[in-house]
Amino acid sequence: MKLGIYPGCSLTGSARDYNESVFAIAKACDIQLEQVPDWNCCGATAAHNMNKELSLSLPARILAQAEKAGLTDIVIPCAACYSRLMVTQHELNNDPVLKNRISEIIEMDFKGTTNILNVVQMIDLYVSPVLKEKIVKNFSHKVACYYGCLMVRPYKVLQYDQHEDPQGMDNVIRLLGGTAIDWGYKVECCGAGLTMSKTEIVGMLSGKIVKDAARRGAQAIVVACPMCHSNLDMRRPAINEYIGEKMDIPVIYITQAIGLALGIDEKTLGLQRHFVPVKMAEYIPPVPESKKQKAKEPTNTI
Amino acid sequence: MSRIGVFVCHCGENISATVDVAKVAEEASKLPGVVHSVDYKYMCSDPGQTLVKEAIKEHNLTGVVVAACSPRMHEPTFRKACAQAGLNPYLSEMANVREHCSWVHEKSEQTTQKAFDVVRTMVSKASNNAALEPIKVPVTKRALVVGGGVAGIQAALDIANTGHKVILVERSPSIGGHMAQLSETFPTLDCSQCILTPRMVEVAQHPNITLYTHSEVESVDGFIGNFHVKIRKKARSLDEDLCTGCGLCTTKCPQKKIPSEFEQLLGTRPAIYTPFPQAVPNKPVIDRDNCTFYKTGKCKICEIVCPTKAIRFDQEDTILEVEIGAIVLATGFDVKHSDFFPEYGKGKYKDVIDGLQFERLASASGPTQGMIRRPSDGQIPKKIVFIACAGSRDPAKGIEYCSKICCMYTAKHAMLYKHKVHDGEAHVFYMDIRAGGKMYEEFVRRAIVEDHVNYTRGRVSTIYELDGKLIVKGADTLLGAQSVEIEADMVVLATAGVASEGSEDLAQKMHVSYDQHKFFAEAHPKLKPVETNTGGIFLAGACQTTRDIPDSVAMASGAAVKVAALFSSDLLTREPIVARVNRIPGPSHSTCVGCFLCQPVCPYQAIEREDIKDRAGNIIKSLARINEGLCQGCGTCVALCRSKSIDLLGYTDNQMHGEVLSVLEEAFV
Repeated sequence: MKLGIYPGCSLTGSARDYNESVFAIAKACDIQLEQVPDWNCCGATAAHNMNKELSLSLPARILAQAEKAGLTDIVIPCAACYSRLMVTQHELNNDPVLKNRISEIIEMDFKGTTNILNVVQMIDLYVSPVLKEKIVKNFSHKVACYYGCLMVRPYKVLQYDQHEDPQGMDNVIRLLGGTAIDWGYKVECCGAGLTMSKTEIVGMLSGKIVKDAARRGAQAIVVACPMCHSNLDMRRPAINEYIGEKMDIPVIYITQAIGLALGIDEKTLGLQRHFVPVKMAEYIPPVPESKKQKAKEPTNTI
Repeated sequence: MSRIGVFVCHCGENISATVDVAKVAEEASKLPGVVHSVDYKYMCSDPGQTLVKEAIKEHNLTGVVVAACSPRMHEPTFRKACAQAGLNPYLSEMANVREHCSWVHEKSEQTTQKAFDVVRTMVSKASNNAALEPIKVPVTKRALVVGGGVAGIQAALDIANTGHKVILVERSPSIGGHMAQLSETFPTLDCSQCILTPRMVEVAQHPNITLYTHSEVESVDGFIGNFHVKIRKKARSLDEDLCTGCGLCTTKCPQKKIPSEFEQLLGTRPAIYTPFPQAVPNKPVIDRDNCTFYKTGKCKICEIVCPTKAIRFDQEDTILEVEIGAIVLATGFDVKHSDFFPEYGKGKYKDVIDGLQFERLASASGPTQGMIRRPSDGQIPKKIVFIACAGSRDPAKGIEYCSKICCMYTAKHAMLYKHKVHDGEAHVFYMDIRAGGKMYEEFVRRAIVEDHVNYTRGRVSTIYELDGKLIVKGADTLLGAQSVEIEADMVVLATAGVASEGSEDLAQKMHVSYDQHKFFAEAHPKLKPVETNTGGIFLAGACQTTRDIPDSVAMASGAAVKVAALFSSDLLTREPIVARVNRIPGPSHSTCVGCFLCQPVCPYQAIEREDIKDRAGNIIKSLARINEGLCQGCGTCVALCRSKSIDLLGYTDNQMHGEVLSVLEEAFV
């Protein structure tokens, strides 16, 4: 099985652990990942805030490169890149005039026929079917799956999962033998790009996410987006400052969770690269406040 | 040689703004057969019609072409005008130069040319037209009302009170509909059942009404005044004549934990049950899917305890065939529930309920005897959040329309809650308050001012459970979209009203059109709100769009008057647009060869066999003959006939051929 892959900037930089785990599970499941040749920046947040044509041209060139290389299906692990490429393909396929204009700008033929997959879609299609025979150790942990914003929205463009209550990662965790908890912050904002300019806002927004997951007894937060990961993991000092308490709950990628179940060693999965140490077995979640109270006083019943 | 008059209408500026009407009239006067051609500002006005009438007399016209709007608008007007001037009404034609031309094109020479082309085509048709006489058919003076909610009940009573027979069909075991489930009604807060049950009893006792509950319409054939309807009377599993409604069987049934549909799954019922105490008829029905006997072959406790031995386990569905003159559809609506709102935890959290469920909680006859207790643990909620527009006005959910009744019932719910739980807090999230109606706005004000219901303008983004509370996160758009978080004990969603289950099937059986939301379509949104496009079938209540009780009742009475008007004469006049098999002198009598291929394709079973006999009574030839009472003029047989022996009157092959040639004329110049 051969798939194209567009890593984008973060998978070669701050999210190397994500990249390593994607390749590790792909290898374990006999998926060949081939990089889109001569790829460029997707434009991220910057391009579409400044210039619409630029924000469409950059992803269009990546897709045109994939088309030229004969890659019909490409997986995009970064949720932001996934969003930019999906939005571009959607807009250009619905506007032939704009499509011609962008083709002129990038000086390449853009057909808009590539099948773009996010990491969970890749897992559903090519990993989940073979999981049962390949699992060596059940991932028997209680985790909170966090989807953030870009992986499931906007629904009109992505047509993927229930955008208000997504289930993609939850289902994968269940397949691995784990428990996905029901919690309140699945699709809330982590603070995203404010991580540089307004770190305290990220501390607050990500803090609420981390706090809710921890108090409900999750042993880890599972993500599929480098931005979410860096905000929940790297910004832990700001989070701790907001909560006023040191939070130890680790943040792992869905691909790392699969890797652990497949028996791939932690180093290959890049787990040593996290800021919050990933010691799943040793991490004991805090006792939820409600249970603390219940232990103290018996509840009144009317 | 025909003598045709052409009358070109300006329709104010509707036509004349883009079409050069004077030129069309002038060009038309040069067409073969046209002896008179004029244009006028409003042809449909009285002076306009007079123009037509006088021209008919003055020029001794044999045909009239009015170039104006769609024949659906004014064909009857001009046919009548022709008839008054002594011309057979079927010799007049409409050339549609408004909907088909002026409205859809820019002002240009081509637009004028197209208008003229349309006129030329209709002149050709008019010169080939033949005089026709309307067909008279008898009317069966018995009405069918489908659906026994408040609209169906009202329509049935109103028709019955005019002295005509009515059959009322209801698919559930009792009439009453949603109104029987409601606790109180807005804006007066009078008890819903108290005002409805007298009407239900009246239906049961009315000498002109035959009530079939636990029954459904199986099929409908025929046409206005002469419908042939099959009704499936589902097996109640008891002899209704013997049953006294004592209810002993329902108390002894060992199955007691079946979720009750009437209680919106908040209460339970046995397998043999009457949906609610005031049910009409008060005869139980066995739910065969849940009955121990039907599942295991053992039990029969109801049969043992029944004092009149009325239980019939082997009863089967019966099909009743009835002749009907007019039909009123009053099949009502449903509310959206189950997994429609993952973000609001519906289906996941027991204490997130819909509006109809709250009605049952607030109802004195409901599962909590009118105490507001939350479903999860039976506690009295101290804080309730009501969310209006849950699904309605939300294109992302596929429902663009306003469900209309939710603003009012949400205010009522909040009020009822405050009246029952004095120290409780009621919060309402709304988009806009749409309280149009007599005493409606005042009612909402009363909830806010007198009962201290907290209204917050904004949407709720998500609801999740935390430590036994439902955390409702929303925005207050009047405070600059400030985020609001409320820890609630219970949440009530005013979910969108949708067409009732099976309405699409029923519409297809009835040949009634429906919109994309499966609500039945009225014939005209303003001027024919209770009629459908199918003659003799009328609409009442929420099957057309969600409506409140006063509107449903008013509409039902409107539909009843339409039925009464239809029943006011013994004969019904029908358009003579029917198929006819040609007849010529013997020995061949007709070009029809008697193959009868037309018989199976006729959707109305209108084609019969006619035997032509000699004087000795021997059959010389068999021909197809079309029953003019049954034929609807669809033309299917015309298209199929191999020997071209069938013609549709008013649209004969010859007339259509002339029209087509006339259209092509220009192309070959």
